[in-house]
Amino acid sequence: MTKPGRAMTIKEEAKKSVLLLPALILLIAFFIIPIILTVYYSFTNMALTGANAKNFQFVGLRNYTKMLADKNMLKSIWNTFQFLVGSLLGQTVLGFLIAYFMKHKAKGFRSVVGPCILAGWVMPEVVVALCSLAFFDTNGTMNTILQAIHLPPVKWLYAHPMLSVIIANVWHGTAFSMLNFQSALDNVSGDIEEAARVDGANRIQTLVRIIVPCIKDTIATNTMLNTLSTLGVFGLIWAMTGGGPGTATTTLPIYMYNQGLKNFQLGQGTAIGMVLLLVGAVCSVIYTKVLKTED
Amino acid sequence: MSEKTTKAVHYTILTIIAICFILPLVWLVLASFDTNANQALKLPTKWTVSNFISVMRDAKNLKAFGVGLVISLVQATIVVVVAGLAAYPLSRYRLSYKKVFMYIILFMTALPMIAVIVPVYKMFLNLGMLNSIPGVILYLSASSLPYGIWLMKNFMDGIPIELEEAARVDGATTMQSILRIVSPLMFPGICVVFIYTFSGSWGNFFIPYILLSAADKMPASVVLYQYFGQHGAIAYGPLAAYSLIYALPSILLYIFSQSYMSKGFTMAGAAKG
Repeated sequence: MTKPGRAMTIKEEAKKSVLLLPALILLIAFFIIPIILTVYYSFTNMALTGANAKNFQFVGLRNYTKMLADKNMLKSIWNTFQFLVGSLLGQTVLGFLIAYFMKHKAKGFRSVVGPCILAGWVMPEVVVALCSLAFFDTNGTMNTILQAIHLPPVKWLYAHPMLSVIIANVWHGTAFSMLNFQSALDNVSGDIEEAARVDGANRIQTLVRIIVPCIKDTIATNTMLNTLSTLGVFGLIWAMTGGGPGTATTTLPIYMYNQGLKNFQLGQGTAIGMVLLLVGAVCSVIYTKVLKTED
Repeated sequence: MSEKTTKAVHYTILTIIAICFILPLVWLVLASFDTNANQALKLPTKWTVSNFISVMRDAKNLKAFGVGLVISLVQATIVVVVAGLAAYPLSRYRLSYKKVFMYIILFMTALPMIAVIVPVYKMFLNLGMLNSIPGVILYLSASSLPYGIWLMKNFMDGIPIELEEAARVDGATTMQSILRIVSPLMFPGICVVFIYTFSGSWGNFFIPYILLSAADKMPASVVLYQYFGQHGAIAYGPLAAYSLIYALPSILLYIFSQSYMSKGFTMAGAAKG
């Protein structure tokens, strides 16, 4: 009895799943297969053109061992790390501060400050890059401000290129954290805060002991999502510095592009992609886990 | 610190942050109306709209806006339709693989897809799909599909099933009930997915930059990059005007979606309980 019964349900399930087909086809063709190819290519010596384009071979872990011995690779890992940590810190701290300070403020004030923060977020990436370029230019707004307070001007994009792209990314991304923290803070019950106050806790104690623990899931998901989007940043840096000067702002996506598509070393470029994909996958798993416990 | 000084400190800090955040955009707006704009933040000595006119008169720019619009509109439509169809069984039927499937979808929404671009390039090269706008549209559709399915399924879960059951008794097919009952009820949700997807591809620089090569196929994002990214002499006035025109759909859609969302989803109201 069980066998035909099960066959029926599989058949029925297949029938019920027909509407999923277009989505499955698209996802398999342009999402799953590229991921499989990434794993596969990363173990080959494939090149984009020339003899190794067609007659490529398996080279085992050679792309990876080469990668570890590659000074530029280590440099771009370090750059990615700086970019990531700087962006995360900036976006999280600023986003939280704005959300926290904005709570219980006059509505008129909030409706002016909010859009100022959101504007940089709504802008397309390339526009953000252009505005940031002008802002950090030798004659740009940043130096105008410095001179107004009697400080010497700085050649930001040459002297501090990494800091410049981090600030640009923080400008672009802070609103996302702000929105996340705003809705999380709205859900912190005023009673708990009140009770802590009555018990004699000051503002900072309430913040650290009561509010932060209440929103720790939001902090976790927000950090993961920001990590994932920061790892994927290409256009902003590419349009601002092109990865330079030298290799000062060459992060992993830019190094991957240079190796894989500019120097035609497909296998090597893909191996760099694998590093990104693995870090991304780990963050993504953490993110889905946290989200699950949140429900 | 007294409550009053704390508040004053908060207001001051917020004001400073807000000014810092808006300054780069103030530059953009002022430069776009300035006949001799440069990198510096300054009031135009002579206000003008000639920057906007010169941008809009250039056939290359119009083409780029047109291409960008086609890519984004077609992609957003594909995502809404395909994700909408996929959401139906996931929302309405009891399926053994549903939990795992949704878990994978959520996982996919977060993956940095930039990581697989090198094999994608090779794949498109082999398939003869490089430099093809439909190819870009398909790739963009697939990469926004996981989030689209996730949103659509959640919106659809909010629609009571009773209405469909009534329709089914009256002999409606699945497609009929999707088109006539579910879609109108979840129209706000469909708009959210559409706007989100559209803005995403309108602002996307990377994918068309990699997968397209012909100058006349470049969407607005890539053309804007080409104007300033190649370290030539930069005409800041027209460039700022171009940026503002290019950013306008993103800004308008964001404002529209906000006012739309704040009205709330009163979809449950359709079923009188």
